[in-house]
Amino acid sequence: MTVPIHLRHDETFVLNLGPQHPATHGVLRVKLTMDGEYIVKAEPVLGYIHRMHEKLAEAGTFAQFMPNTARMDYLHALAFNHGWALVVEKAAGIEVPERAEYIRVITVELNRIASHLLWWAAFLLDLGGFTPLLYAFDDREKVIDLLERVTGSRLTYCYMRFGGVYNDIDDEFIAGTRDFIKRLRGRMPSLYHDLVTHNIILIKRIKDIGIITPEQCRRYGATGPVARGSGINYDVRKNEPYSVYPEFDFDVPVFDECDSMARYMVRMHEMEQSLRIIEQALDKLPDGPVMGKAPKVLKPEAGYYYSAVETARGSLGHRLICDGGKNPYKLKLRSPTFSNLSLYGEVAEGMLLADALAFMGSLDLVIPEIDR
Amino acid sequence: METSIWRALLYLVGIMAFAGLNAAYLGWCERKGAARIQRRIGPCEAGYAGLLQPLADGLKLMSKQLLVPDGVDGIIFRVAPVLAMIPAITSMVVIPFSENIGARAMELSVLLLFALASISMIAILLGGWASGNKYAVISAARSVSQNLAYEIPMLITVITVVLISGSLNLREIAIDQQGGFWHWNIFRLENGHFLTMWISFIIFFICSVAETNRAPFDMAEAESELVAGFMTEYGSMGFGLFMMGEYLNIVVGACLTATLFLGGWDCPFGKTPGVWWFLIKIYILIFTFIWIRWTYPRTQIYRLLNLSWKILIPFSLINLLITAALIKVF
Amino acid sequence: MSGYWSDIFTGGKSLLVGLTITAREFFKPVVTEQYPYEVPTMTPLFRGHIELIGNEETGAPNCVVCGMCQRACPSLCISLDGKKNEGGKGKVLTSYVLDFTKCSLCGSCVESCNFNALRFSKEYNLASFDKNDFIMDLLKRLEDQNQCKH
Repeated sequence: MTVPIHLRHDETFVLNLGPQHPATHGVLRVKLTMDGEYIVKAEPVLGYIHRMHEKLAEAGTFAQFMPNTARMDYLHALAFNHGWALVVEKAAGIEVPERAEYIRVITVELNRIASHLLWWAAFLLDLGGFTPLLYAFDDREKVIDLLERVTGSRLTYCYMRFGGVYNDIDDEFIAGTRDFIKRLRGRMPSLYHDLVTHNIILIKRIKDIGIITPEQCRRYGATGPVARGSGINYDVRKNEPYSVYPEFDFDVPVFDECDSMARYMVRMHEMEQSLRIIEQALDKLPDGPVMGKAPKVLKPEAGYYYSAVETARGSLGHRLICDGGKNPYKLKLRSPTFSNLSLYGEVAEGMLLADALAFMGSLDLVIPEIDR
Repeated sequence: METSIWRALLYLVGIMAFAGLNAAYLGWCERKGAARIQRRIGPCEAGYAGLLQPLADGLKLMSKQLLVPDGVDGIIFRVAPVLAMIPAITSMVVIPFSENIGARAMELSVLLLFALASISMIAILLGGWASGNKYAVISAARSVSQNLAYEIPMLITVITVVLISGSLNLREIAIDQQGGFWHWNIFRLENGHFLTMWISFIIFFICSVAETNRAPFDMAEAESELVAGFMTEYGSMGFGLFMMGEYLNIVVGACLTATLFLGGWDCPFGKTPGVWWFLIKIYILIFTFIWIRWTYPRTQIYRLLNLSWKILIPFSLINLLITAALIKVF
Repeated sequence: MSGYWSDIFTGGKSLLVGLTITAREFFKPVVTEQYPYEVPTMTPLFRGHIELIGNEETGAPNCVVCGMCQRACPSLCISLDGKKNEGGKGKVLTSYVLDFTKCSLCGSCVESCNFNALRFSKEYNLASFDKNDFIMDLLKRLEDQNQCKH
């Protein structure tokens, strides 16, 4: 919403939103300078759960960093697993068997659905709707049960290995996944769209709120659904294909409205596209080993390596510098939410408090991934 | 009517019991209802089906210290929760539960109810203001603008009812609607009032949801924006009284809706009128309150004001004009 | 003005649709699991904390004290010690302590083990007021398990 009144900058007060606040989903603190209910200035303050993961990577071997990757973005942990595996495989020149690639794609996409479902649930909670949260969790629970079957854990997976995956999938998993696809497709139109997406209260609440221009996206480096909701057709899976993504037929949903509703719709459509990818991957799933030949002790050649993956929140880049030793020399992550959050201050200016929080929800923030 | 002291005492105890029971058990109903809608079980540990849960919650709240933070206006901070509760209980005095059950059938009982209803808004304002918490102050300011905006269409729709019944006495209004559902104000056949009254009913119902600060209009305690709104600084029974006040306001709202539009204690088929019909009606209405709360997301303060000023007020005014015309014509 | 009327009608309809959906869900069965009364079954791959595997016949740990698990662990949770096997070759495990407070259940230790000496337990009811409860002596745990077997 545009600012209908002239903001008087001399009668402001500071509102500390967080580090503990129901809408910040973690320990994000936003220092808001307010004029009544209007935000004059919003300043995200980070660092409350900085755990120096990047530095920790230097302390251990390449394999020892794998569990840490899952602890950054705990909602799409498998994509972080995947990203780390990809960059190390690139550095060490490890081949991955095809079946393992397919399994990676299936699990990562399942995890992406789980992540979007949780975002949807939490977003609705930000908007004051509690019931959709439980419906989304019902579906998410099914995904997590499936992933627990193959990975052994429910949230912070440590599933990928350099040269493959930790464990093969079985028939029960495949059948369960097919059931889940059918189930989610069945529930999507009524429980998700009729109850929420078409609801006039929700539409009025998020349509034309939080306009991020494509120019702003580019300036701040926003990626993922935030950029795609602003009409930027950029998806790492399509633009810089990795793994076996080129073999699947899927669309990248792009919306030009630039508002919160556009980002909402991008994520809803992405879930459907992920279902499509999983379906195709299950159909094409080749036989073979799930673990390639990888040396026990990795000693990649000295050099700079970069690889990117598409997580549920955007493009995740791993910048790895090796010096020929057993440990990474330096690791730098380019995490999507950090860039997505950076534009918050600029966009939230002049918004009402409630709108600003709805807008924050639409960015899909995962704080541990910003702070790392 | 005899006016002995025993009658007064009886009604005092009766109303207090009714209010207390509702305040406690609507919380349970809400939790159970929400759980069922979300396909959970809800409270199930304390007693059979969690029936002792309100008791346990109450004991817990009472055993806690009433914390008065530094820098708050002590007196107002303590008075506000009481002020939230008292008008709601007092409102029960004029509600006719059946033809013979009702503490006082005052001539201007409709007016009295609305006067009392605006006090509960003041309670929220005072509570939020005295807390000295920024969230609470924002919440208090929101609550006032919301209540102001919604009292206007609510009163206008009530005027349509008053026009039809020709009385400001709730008991008279209810008596006027006896004899089957076609006599109820909402479906009233005579003079063709059913043409406009169902719109009045919807407007009135929306307004009573907004008046009681219930979702989707719970601007005042929007927990994801304002933490707990005006209740942020309250703990222990201060918080408990606010909660009870909220539930009692719902009961009063439902009673008022049932009396004004749904024929009070009248049976839909004109057979056995009595207090049970009144109770059935108010609990259906209360369930609808709960049902609505657990279905929709929260709206936004300016949308809420837009709804009132741009939709509800014009519609209720037009409705009032048509109703007046109908009465004049026939 | 066109938006005004369409908002009222489509909006009102969407609200009614929402109510019917929640009403339908109201009468559907419960989907939650009542935890203390219903216990979830753990999948075969469930990763609890690690435990030692004993020899099928003797019950002695399979561990040969190679220390691979110790080196594989990213969080330095595992400390083990062994002594020379008197009369035989290799080493015998004398202590195996897992500091579960630091463990992230990544499973690197189990994977690194070449002697079938480690596995994941299926235990998930791990709650305590005492931190020391999570400094686990796995050798003792194995002995207890052996005693239960006999």
